[in-house]
Amino acid sequence: MEHIVIIGNGIAGVTAARHIRKLSDKKITVISAESKYFFSRTALMYVYMGHMKFEHTQPYENHFWKKNRIELVQGYVTKVNTEEKSLQIDGAPDLNYDKLIIATGSKPNKFGWPGQDLDGVQGLYSKQDLELLEENAPNNKVCKRAVIVGGGLIGIELTEMLRTRDIPVTFLVRESSFWNGVLPQGESEMINEHIREHHIDLRLGASLKEIKPDENGKVKSIVVEETGEEIECNLVGLTAGVTPNIDFLKDSGIELGRGVKVNRFLETNIEDVYAIGDCAEQHKAIGNRRPIEAVWYTGRMMGETLAQTICGNRMEYKPGHWFNSAKFLDIEYQTYGWVFSEQRKKENEAHFHWRHPNQKICITIAFDKDSETVLGINTFGIRLRHEIFDGWLSEKRTVDFVMEHLRDANFDPEFYKNFESDIVAKYNSDFGKSIILKKKNLKRIFKIA
Amino acid sequence: MNTYNKSMALTGEPPKSLSIGQKLAVLLGLSGLGILLLAVLNVGFPNKTLWLTLSLSAISIGIIWFSWNAYSNKLPGIKNDGVWFKSISSRGLWGWVAGLALTGFYIVLYFYPEYLGLVSEGDNKGVIGLFDPLSKFLNGGPASQWFVYGTLYTVAILVFGIKFLWKYRHNRYEKLRTLSVMFFQTGFAFIIPELMARLNGHKILNGGSLPYYDLKNIWPLNYYNFEGYRIKMFLSSGDIGFALLIFGILSIFVITPILTYKYGKRWYCSWVCGCGGLAETAGDSFRQLSDKSTFAWKVERWVVHSVVVFVTLMTTAVIYSYLGTDTSKYWLTKSSFLIGVAVLLTLVFGWAMIFKRDQLQKDARYGAIGYFVIIIALIGFHFFSGEGEVFLFKSGTLRKSYSFLIGSIFSGVIGTGFYPIFGSRVWCRFGCPMAAILGFQQKLFSRFRITTNGGQCISCGNCSTYCEMGIDVRAYAQKGENIVRASCVGCGICSAVCPRGVLKLENGPLEGRIDSNQVLLGNDVDLMTLVNKK
Repeated sequence: MEHIVIIGNGIAGVTAARHIRKLSDKKITVISAESKYFFSRTALMYVYMGHMKFEHTQPYENHFWKKNRIELVQGYVTKVNTEEKSLQIDGAPDLNYDKLIIATGSKPNKFGWPGQDLDGVQGLYSKQDLELLEENAPNNKVCKRAVIVGGGLIGIELTEMLRTRDIPVTFLVRESSFWNGVLPQGESEMINEHIREHHIDLRLGASLKEIKPDENGKVKSIVVEETGEEIECNLVGLTAGVTPNIDFLKDSGIELGRGVKVNRFLETNIEDVYAIGDCAEQHKAIGNRRPIEAVWYTGRMMGETLAQTICGNRMEYKPGHWFNSAKFLDIEYQTYGWVFSEQRKKENEAHFHWRHPNQKICITIAFDKDSETVLGINTFGIRLRHEIFDGWLSEKRTVDFVMEHLRDANFDPEFYKNFESDIVAKYNSDFGKSIILKKKNLKRIFKIA
Repeated sequence: MNTYNKSMALTGEPPKSLSIGQKLAVLLGLSGLGILLLAVLNVGFPNKTLWLTLSLSAISIGIIWFSWNAYSNKLPGIKNDGVWFKSISSRGLWGWVAGLALTGFYIVLYFYPEYLGLVSEGDNKGVIGLFDPLSKFLNGGPASQWFVYGTLYTVAILVFGIKFLWKYRHNRYEKLRTLSVMFFQTGFAFIIPELMARLNGHKILNGGSLPYYDLKNIWPLNYYNFEGYRIKMFLSSGDIGFALLIFGILSIFVITPILTYKYGKRWYCSWVCGCGGLAETAGDSFRQLSDKSTFAWKVERWVVHSVVVFVTLMTTAVIYSYLGTDTSKYWLTKSSFLIGVAVLLTLVFGWAMIFKRDQLQKDARYGAIGYFVIIIALIGFHFFSGEGEVFLFKSGTLRKSYSFLIGSIFSGVIGTGFYPIFGSRVWCRFGCPMAAILGFQQKLFSRFRITTNGGQCISCGNCSTYCEMGIDVRAYAQKGENIVRASCVGCGICSAVCPRGVLKLENGPLEGRIDSNQVLLGNDVDLMTLVNKK
């Protein structure tokens, strides 16, 4: 029986394992040094905040793995021998594989800051990071102030977490506005305001120069590059992005770039070795995507695709329309298709932006200046129906069409106040149009003839 | 894993610590309870009206003050910080203390009301005596243990309802739903029946007396609604009484199916019902304690459906026992009634088996077949057994055991007393026959579902954790599958706590209501069609 070994039990590895099991009877082993059972990494923050216990982040009951004959090995793979097809594992006996799937995820970026390895400096990625955070910042007596470095999704999550324990937080964001490499200005500014209304000391255009230790080698303070200001703190959170976690593959002969290099079939340069999820790097970026996509959904999608290949139906990784979501403190964010920030915007990309006069709700639609085809949408504080918008992108609908049918795409809970008429009114006045908003139509929404 | 130190101290660290305001509010609330406790211990209060007002006000203001302190200084949004650190809401020491206290209260209430001061002849004493003035003001008579309970129950739904309204002030679904349960409890369960009691003996009722009737309390939740004494009272009370009786029958056989078809069982369980109302307000802090395991789900299906069978048998037996045999006196006789019940059950069962076979889980099918056979067999027994007995037992015995086991122990002592241990919906999930009947319909014949939004689920688990009915919502959401479960009461909290906007409660066409996808939205279109084709 063919033995499939998967290194890493995150969403990519576990999705691959589940789908291989559905499609075949192959022997499946999943190796992880991080945790015995699969858990949702994106939910770690809720454990620190007391919304959930760690067990709640595990999507499958413990008996699931045995029932589905997926063997779990706890250990750290130290060496991959692709000639003998064997693995050396710290903490478990060596293993042989017939096919190997590398799904080892990421690790937090460190950019060589002085003091970056001090006690009290950490990232937030793994279960171990969470445990470390409980030591470094159990309460606001041990941790009198925290400094978070890096204004991205993990940065704002870590900030939110610490605030639930009333720990004062200084949030260093290198950019002139929060996440404005990704978000258009109007949205980015709204999030700035929201961060500040949560009593977070947001410092824009501020980067880290160095971290200073006390006499015990613990963090004492940090120095801001731009101003030279020294800020006393007991915790430094490094959240300036992540890098593929592939150090153990250095001498394996597997081609590495920043990540494990793979082709569109998720195959590495070595036969029977594949890579998926955060740690995989495409030779050539797919469409507007980045070569390395460290996102939950893409990890899942790669796992689904590779399972087909492994089970005899060789299949290219062909992601559909880009989508993503996040939550910035109290504001939910969803995106479908591509909406670029001013910095990355292409020449033909035009934006329509609407923001609620006093609530933290806004929407941006990107469209092609010439054809008026919709390229993507960002919403903050409004939920959208994935299937509807995905369909509109595939059908290359114009922005007029989207405006007309905007109510069909709304996914807010029942009885929520809807803002489609305000949005369309603004659109009409911005672009001199006279779109009339259509009523919500269940037949269109549920695609019933 | 959880390295956070759980302590029972009311102080502690944020987010579980209490502010000074909250500590004072707790003190105020406890002082109100203290007055009631002193009354239980037969401390005589000179001015009952004054002291009862003081007590209820102290409790209410204490809770409202506490809530205001908890939410007013925070921005609108999800307020679950520290839920699993707090002893009261994570089965810690305070949780057990509260659970035992509530359980004790229910045992005394149901089985030893004399300790609360109930006096059958003469003036009430103790805490029931304290409520006499209020009772006399509303219905003209002295209080009973049920009046005391009803008042406290209503106060709890109202003040914890206010807490819930603040907690979810960003969510209009939650706000409207909560206002609805507050309204139905105060109006339908409390004030209307009390005022109706004033009409007793009035000429508008032909001099008859109406039974205490909470109009929204529908059979079989209201398992005694069709008992002989109540039917007599209804029929003795002129057109109004007759109309109420008809309303009681229509409620379960006509109104309920229509509303459940249109909106799912939530119209009742989380918008109208009193048990649901208490669970959603006073019980809200305990919703996360429900068991999500597949094992618990299995137990749930067996237990709750057994209760349905039990209540059906019991009600049939009770009605049977007071019906006559002579068709010339009254058209409904013992035999025609039994035949009617059998025909109705057969129709429902046949419909489910023929048209909805695919949607029934295997064991649900076995269960249904088993129970169906039992009912038919028992009815058959009757025709072959002697007078005075219905089925195999005396109807009175069945009635008494149901009332004791289900009406008191299950719905009260375990259902509410164990809120802080098993979560707020133990009764609704494992015990309520009404919920089971509505659930059966919701699963098979309703427009309601919780839609999963394409491929946006990140498997975080907030939805499952905060599902009071113990549904593993995430198990469906992460498969891109809509949630269509008999037990879902439509409280909407899964949708509220979802950080990615994945879940939406909605009513839509039956077609394609249950959608299971192997490969989720977001991936290669070819792969999705390849794998998802059925």
